[in-house]
This record gives sequence, C-alpha cells and structure tokens, in this order.
Amino acid sequence: MASADKAAEGSSLVFHPMDQFIVQPVFSEGAIHWYTITNMTLWMSLAVICVVGLMVVGTSRRAIIPNRSQSIAELAYVFVYKMIEDVTGKDGLVYFPYIMTLFLFILFANFLGLIPMSFTPTAHFGVTIVLAFAVFFTVTILGFIKNGFGFLGLFWVASAPMALRPVLAIIELISYFVRPVSHSIRLAGNVMAGHAVIKVFAGFAAIAVISPLSVAAITAMYGLEILVSFIQAYVFTILTCVYLKDALHPSH
Amino acid sequence: MATETTSAVSSCVDSHGSAIGMPQLCFEWFPNQIFWLVLTLIVIFLVLSRIALPRIASVLAERQGTISNDIAAAETLKAKALQAEEAYNKALVDARAEAQNIVAGAKADMQAELDVAIAKADAEISAKAAESEKAIAEIRSGAMKSVEDVAKDTAAEIVSAMGGNATAKDVGAAVAARLKG
Repeated sequence: MASADKAAEGSSLVFHPMDQFIVQPVFSEGAIHWYTITNMTLWMSLAVICVVGLMVVGTSRRAIIPNRSQSIAELAYVFVYKMIEDVTGKDGLVYFPYIMTLFLFILFANFLGLIPMSFTPTAHFGVTIVLAFAVFFTVTILGFIKNGFGFLGLFWVASAPMALRPVLAIIELISYFVRPVSHSIRLAGNVMAGHAVIKVFAGFAAIAVISPLSVAAITAMYGLEILVSFIQAYVFTILTCVYLKDALHPSH
Repeated sequence: MATETTSAVSSCVDSHGSAIGMPQLCFEWFPNQIFWLVLTLIVIFLVLSRIALPRIASVLAERQGTISNDIAAAETLKAKALQAEEAYNKALVDARAEAQNIVAGAKADMQAELDVAIAKADAEISAKAAESEKAIAEIRSGAMKSVEDVAKDTAAEIVSAMGGNATAKDVGAAVAARLKG
C-alpha cells in the first residue's frame, strides 16, 4: 500500500509483496490492542455487510420466482446444504448454520480481498488457525459426546490385520492432529501466495519493457485467484463436513 | 503488547512502513485478529441462523409446495378433460343412435301410410274394374239382343221384298235357329 511512495526513495525496482498483509489501525496511530479497529476489522465488517446484503436483503422479497440476488442466495444455501447432506448425512444438517457461516465468511473475505488495495483476512494464519481449531475442537468434543469412547475407534482400523493396527493407530492419530494445521495453512497459504505473486508482477511493471508482460501476468493471476478464492472456500467447507462425518460416524 | 512504542513501528513493521518478514507471523496482532474474527463469525452466525437461513428454507419449501400443488392441479384438470371428452363421445354416440331411431320410425310411418294408400287405391281400382266389367257385360248382352232384333227385322224385310209373306213368329224362329248356328 505504502510501497509506491517508498519505492521512489529507494531504487527503481523495489518489491514489498508482503506489505499488503500489514495490519494497521484505521482511526488512530500507534499500537494495536485487541480491541483496536484495524484495516482487517474494516474488511471483515465489509464481508459481514456482503453476507447480510446477499442473504437477508437479497431474499427480502421471499418470492416464489426469485430475482437475481435471491437466486444466488438460494444457490449458496442449496450448495452447502447438499454438500453436508452428501458428505455427512442427514444428521449433519443440524450443524448447517455453523458450516454456512464458515463458507460465506471465507468466500466473501476471499473475494473482497481481490479488490485492489484491499486487505484479505483469510491470508492471515491468525484468522485461519482460529477457524481451523474451532472446527477441530468442535468436531473432537462432538465426537466424544456422540460416541463416548467409541470415538477412539476412528484410530483403530478394525478392517486391518491385528499386527498392523497399532501402527495404523499411530499414523491415524498423527494425521488427526495435523488436520487443523493443514486445514488452516492450506487456506491462508493459497490466498497469501496468489496475492504476493500478483504484487511481485506489479513490481516488475515499473520496467517499461517488461510491463506489458507483467500486466498480462497480473491479469492471468487474477483470473486464477478468482478460481482459488472460490475453491479454497469450498475446500475448507467440505473438509469441515468430512471431519464432522468422522465425529458423527467414527467407524471406517 | 507493543504499547511502549508510540509510532506505528513495531517488531513487525520497519521504520519505512514495510513488513519485516511475514506479517502473518506477527504474534502482536493475533489477539486483535482473533477478537475481530470471533466477533465477525458470531454476527454472521446470528444473522444466518436467525434470519437468512429460515427465510430461504421457507421460500424453498413454499416453492416446492407450489410446484407439487400445480402438478396435482394439472393432473386433476387433465382427468377432467378426459372425462369431458368421454362424455362428449358418449353424447355423440347417443345422438347418432337416436337419429337412426328417428329415421327408422319415420321410414316405418311413411311405409304404413304408403301401404294404406296403396290398399285404398287397389280397392278403388278393383271397384272401378268391377263396375266397368259390369257395364261391358251389360253392353255386350244389349248388343246381342240388338243383333237378334236387327236380324229379325232384316230377315222380315228381305222376305217381304222377295214376295214372301212370313209371319213374325216364323222369322223369329228362323233367326233364332240360325243364331244358334
């Protein structure tokens, strides 16, 4: 954001691809306390406004024959609803609002982050780790509540030969605890990488000879990022459904 | 955490305002990020679970209901149309049969009238024929008698012309003998 001004005082070719991820206070200078309103707060609240706009204002007509915004809202509803039904089963539909919240938040945070000069909350591990651990703890606690110690059967592969079972149990246990890490880093890493690459290409645009190529590359990356924005929201959601299925039906 | 620094410069941002390392790993910002994230998620969750999702669910259910109602109504109407067609066909068949009955009745009536008229005509004709025959017989018998009279007269005249003198009785006998042949 401020890199353009800073580039003038340094050499002609200065890259600050990570500056777009800096969290800054909006109304004040100085330190960032836990309550400080930052640029991240701003873009998260924009995501909330978008969710409200699409899902509440867009559906306010309650029409039998939907208009455009209501169609999109219904499409999102049915998309996530079917996903839970297919992956988790009918008993997973109780958690539909939670999963819908995750999906819509990630989707809108990703897409709003594609606006030039914007800020992308989902590119931050601080955000995605909270999301992933929320899913992890919910699913784990739910698994024990629903199945008692039978939930541990998830790690005990009954279909494998007896000799292999302890080894598999260790592998399963490790993979289970790696889940929140991969779950969060996948999302933040994808979003961050795309944004950083676009910024690097933008840095190259300062050289007149390369700039057409650079602009073309930014355009191509932008198209890819649109795809990634949706796919990562989808992947995060469907993995949540898969983990939820493990909690509700721990047998392999 | 970084309350002792008065400027924007912290352990994550250098004096030029550029990031040091990855801003994602700046743990100073984590409490802030977590706080606002949780708040955002709670707001979205409340909006979705209280307003948006029930509304969309009711709209979808209502639409499903409308569609199935419309399909049922269409099926009822189709059945009614089929019934109407059947009734129409039946009425057509009935009307045709009735028309045939009427035609047959009319034909029979006409035939009866015709028969009566023919019989009447026949009777009249035979009466007339009998009358005529009678008249003819009268004429014939009258004619035979006339022939006898004429023959008697003629024979008497011829006899007298020839100088004979015959009585009427003789002439009559002679003529009758001749006529018998």
